[in-house]
Amino acid sequence: MPEQRTVTLNMGPQHPSTHGVLRVVVELDGERVVKATPVIGYLHTGIEKTMESKLYYQALVCTDRMDYLAPMSNNLGYCLAVEKLMDIEVPEKVQWARVCLAELTRIKSHLVWLGTHSIDLGAMSMLLYTFRDRESIIDVYEACGGQRMMTSYIRIGGLAHELPVDFDKKVRRAVKQVNEGLADYENLLTNNEIFINRTRNVAVISAEDAIAWSLSGPMLRGSGVKHDLRKANPYSGYENFDFEIAYGEKGDAYDRYLLRLKEIRQSLRIINQALDGMPEGPYRARVPGVVLPPKEDVLYKMESMIFHFKIITEGFKAPVGSVYQAIESPKGEFGFLITGDGSNRPRRVRVRPPSFINLASLPRLVEGGMFSDVVCAIGSIDIVLGEVDR
Amino acid sequence: MKEILKAFGHVIFKMPLGFVVTLKHLFKKPVTLDYPARKKPMAPRYRGRHYLERYDDGTERCVCCGLCAAACPADAIYMEPEQSENGERRAKMYEINLLRCIFCGFCEEACPEEAIFLGQDYEFSDYQRDSFIWTREQMLVPHPRQDNPFKRIYRRVRRVYGVTDKTK
Ligand code: SF4
Ligand code: SF4
Repeated sequence: MPEQRTVTLNMGPQHPSTHGVLRVVVELDGERVVKATPVIGYLHTGIEKTMESKLYYQALVCTDRMDYLAPMSNNLGYCLAVEKLMDIEVPEKVQWARVCLAELTRIKSHLVWLGTHSIDLGAMSMLLYTFRDRESIIDVYEACGGQRMMTSYIRIGGLAHELPVDFDKKVRRAVKQVNEGLADYENLLTNNEIFINRTRNVAVISAEDAIAWSLSGPMLRGSGVKHDLRKANPYSGYENFDFEIAYGEKGDAYDRYLLRLKEIRQSLRIINQALDGMPEGPYRARVPGVVLPPKEDVLYKMESMIFHFKIITEGFKAPVGSVYQAIESPKGEFGFLITGDGSNRPRRVRVRPPSFINLASLPRLVEGGMFSDVVCAIGSIDIVLGEVDR
Repeated sequence: MKEILKAFGHVIFKMPLGFVVTLKHLFKKPVTLDYPARKKPMAPRYRGRHYLERYDDGTERCVCCGLCAAACPADAIYMEPEQSENGERRAKMYEINLLRCIFCGFCEEACPEEAIFLGQDYEFSDYQRDSFIWTREQMLVPHPRQDNPFKRIYRRVRRVYGVTDKTK
């Protein structure tokens, strides 16, 4: 009998540092990882299938529940895809408000990432600080959509309601809070010897590999590839904003940390521009029979009332054909492929989940490294299992 | 040697920055709330547990049109209509299964009568599953009230949808 040299170990699905219910089967030779296989599916909820059985406007609520740390980005991706399929132009104000909200979402998602990632590495207090700052963004969510996580605020053809009266004030407060918080994070982590030792040259992926594994988002940019859909393929009026793409050099976990902090700064810049230049206008496109008329019209105008009834009960009929629309979500390229078959429900909704595809590179990141770095690698990919499994 | 010196410098000059952050927070007001004792006020649009509105004279606004049930993505609403004494249509049975409900607020948006709203209440844990079927009687807010409910509704509508002038 040959001598067995390796040990197979199960990490997860109930491991606190797997960010949900990811299971990684690791084969170890001493402390070295020989092989790592991510096993997913513990959070599978059949969201894509559920969306096919819902009317177009109802399917929106499913998108919130995919990447639950970035609900507005998911809403935005789905709405842009359906708007592309239906050929709807949204008013300029809606575009600006959406950009503002999507960037807030990016900050919020990165803050949770920062908190959980550093708690994985032993920096306990970070989570408290990041959640304190995240709270100010959640306040904006609550004021807009009425819910703290599952906002469903961005709708097909516009927004659910008018922006709240104190939107500007609330967002500015959030910006200020995050700005102050950033200084704290930098002081706590950027020059922290322990943090640097845990993340420098860990989970390295080269630019070629990152492209070959079709990674996106911070995972790709961390390796030095300057690719950002907001610049490469602007949607929702991103071409009007002045910002830079943050990117790293080495492609290790520390670079990705720095990059995400830079991204937060750039997002703050975009938000400030969006607030300063927010145009006036309606909060929803006027497309009879497709987009719900404003509530005040429903109450006082017969015609709107009829459209309201029709849209609510039957939805709208989408043309035959497929569209693909991708956005740069906090985690990478988040795309929707929607196939319409002439009825009021989508024939097929396929999501391109960035976490899922980025997670596939986990074996590449950890094999040959130390076992304790697996935690760091999982953390630095920034996965949300709700989106991985859908 | 150089490495060690560098690390040493780090520890002496850079790490204290982190401790300063922690120290600074000793003198700040805590951001946390003493939760069950003190509660955070929710935003006006907050989507909590549902309630049904009444008219001034105490009759309920809901006409059992079924739009809310049609809009509901979670199929949480069930209703049966009946005729009231003065010949008007109203709900005999109106149930919301709070276990299915995802608090999306689509029912509130769909309702053409401004009858159903999502309130501010978010604490509804219980021991029995049955108690999560929220019925019409539980949802109809009591009447009469001190303030004029009509005005109250429009205040609420204004807050939620931004309706500016009701006499348009
Ligand atoms: S609550 Fe509103 S939408 Fe629902 S049945 Fe009553 S009137 Fe119709
Ligand atoms: S809030 Fe949403 S899920 Fe709940 S009853 Fe209303 S429409 Fe249905």
